[in-house]
Amino acid sequence: MKTIMDLINRGNKPTKAGFGEGIYEAGNLYPELMVLGADITASVGLDMFAKAFPERFFSLGIAEQNCAGVAAGLALSGKIPVFSTYGVFAALRSADQIRVSVCYNNLHVIIGGAHAGISVGPDGATHQALEDIAIMRVLPNMTLLSPCDATQAKLLTLKAAGELKGPVYIRFGREAVPDFIPETIETEIGKGQILKDGTDVSLIATGHMVWEALQAAYMLAKSGVEARVINIHTIKPIDKQIIIDAARETKCIVTIEEHQVYGGFGSAVAEVVVQHHPVRMKMIGINDTFGESGQPAELMKKFKLNAEDMCATVTQFLNDNH
Amino acid sequence: MIFKKIQDIEKLKEISSDIRKDILLSIAEARSGHTGGSLGLADVFTCLYFSVMDHDPQNPSWKERDRLVLSIGHVAPVLYAALAHAGYFPKEELLTLRKFGSRLQGHPGRDYGLPGIELSAGSLGQGLSVAVGMALAARYDKRNHRIYCIMGDGELQEGSVWEAAMSAAHYKLDQLCVLVDRNKLQIDGKNSDVMELEPLADKWKSFGWQVLECNGNDHNELLNTFGLAKKVTSKPQVILAHTLMGKGVADIENDYRWHGKAPSKEETLRFIECLNKK
Repeated sequence: MKTIMDLINRGNKPTKAGFGEGIYEAGNLYPELMVLGADITASVGLDMFAKAFPERFFSLGIAEQNCAGVAAGLALSGKIPVFSTYGVFAALRSADQIRVSVCYNNLHVIIGGAHAGISVGPDGATHQALEDIAIMRVLPNMTLLSPCDATQAKLLTLKAAGELKGPVYIRFGREAVPDFIPETIETEIGKGQILKDGTDVSLIATGHMVWEALQAAYMLAKSGVEARVINIHTIKPIDKQIIIDAARETKCIVTIEEHQVYGGFGSAVAEVVVQHHPVRMKMIGINDTFGESGQPAELMKKFKLNAEDMCATVTQFLNDNH
Repeated sequence: MIFKKIQDIEKLKEISSDIRKDILLSIAEARSGHTGGSLGLADVFTCLYFSVMDHDPQNPSWKERDRLVLSIGHVAPVLYAALAHAGYFPKEELLTLRKFGSRLQGHPGRDYGLPGIELSAGSLGQGLSVAVGMALAARYDKRNHRIYCIMGDGELQEGSVWEAAMSAAHYKLDQLCVLVDRNKLQIDGKNSDVMELEPLADKWKSFGWQVLECNGNDHNELLNTFGLAKKVTSKPQVILAHTLMGKGVADIENDYRWHGKAPSKEETLRFIECLNKK
């Protein structure tokens, strides 16, 4: 099997830091970029921009609905507004404002959804965004990005500011996670990435789950199962071809997300699979329950989202197949 | 070319009457739409588009234009009639209101190609936030244009309005002027029965706004009040414009049942007759 990349962790770093660096750099590149603060500026990685460009930073307090609307007004005036808070609030508290004022008007607003998934840890269920993919991906005009590491988060943030014309939601987490995507693999909005090749099964993952999926794939290889690992960093518009090819060439698919499986990333993949090349699928994610408090590693274990459990689930799925 | 403003009150009254007739005709033709609020705001829209705002119907995206953000999208018929009369598009098109393929959507939509629409809106409680964003951008760009946001009184029951109100005062957005259509009615009945809004002026004052009040169906009072609002510095302004829902058609004035009801063809002729007598 052809090696696509060396599995090297350059060091752990939160994806939110990548988002923050991307916004800061975009601030240097684009004088019309403006950031709205919702009281948790540092916590969502925007303090670097706020310190560097105070005249382009507007604090709006704990008022997410207003943030989304103000962003729309700035965009209608030729600015590139960035509005970021925890995903649970960004995607749910201001959902109607995002639907009508931002998406229906088709405005270039960058929405940062922080604290994605249960790896938020001790804060518990209220602060763990597990529904934001489902809600954001259903909105017309929306682009939905879910970077797998800090380097990719920065790259995609810069592209969201420089290449897109409409609304975009970028999902990122709080925990420091391995930074591993090599520069040799190009990150392009709308294009999935094959990180490991294989023909027995495809593990299609998004966000922090991509690293775990890679670990799981190497564990599977020890027992003779060659898994293809695909990183989908753009959940909408989704890369249909890479999914159809995976269905055709590996004949079964496992999706992995730190999010509800109902309506989430696995559903997005399934929508492509069932319409173009139906094959058996298994969706790994949160199964219609809320999260809870705990250390990230404890929660990943409980919800079977770590590499070891993932490996066991895939093995079981493949056995059921025969 | 910037729209040439009209100061003659009698002329403005005539325009308002014509706008009312077009509201009735377009809603009757559509067989659905919000008659009461649209008629009640005809004088406000006449004053704004014909006497108060700097705008250019031939160049709707002129950067220095004053903006009108219609937060209550359901009174689209009065916006469309005012835009058509000001020259943004042919008046005949008003009869396509709410029809399949029309640029005149049931609630205003920017993506359908109708000139002069600043915001796609219709979900209540959102327009003021957008207007705040526009006012922040105007100040940042050192432009002097004003942002007028038209709101309903029932709409003020939406909590997001007060988030926006707080932020406008925090940033001392004196280029922002809200006009509240204070007709005291909403779909289920009187505001005071559905959800009390009073003391309304005190609410806005306590949020840091300059509050002005006037008869929203009197052109003289409206022009004076818009003039006073423009002179205010360091504060956003809110005009509580006391209007009559259905103003101009005695049969339906102040009757909340006409909030979202279309007149029949026969009623329309009778109502237009009523407007012609004045």
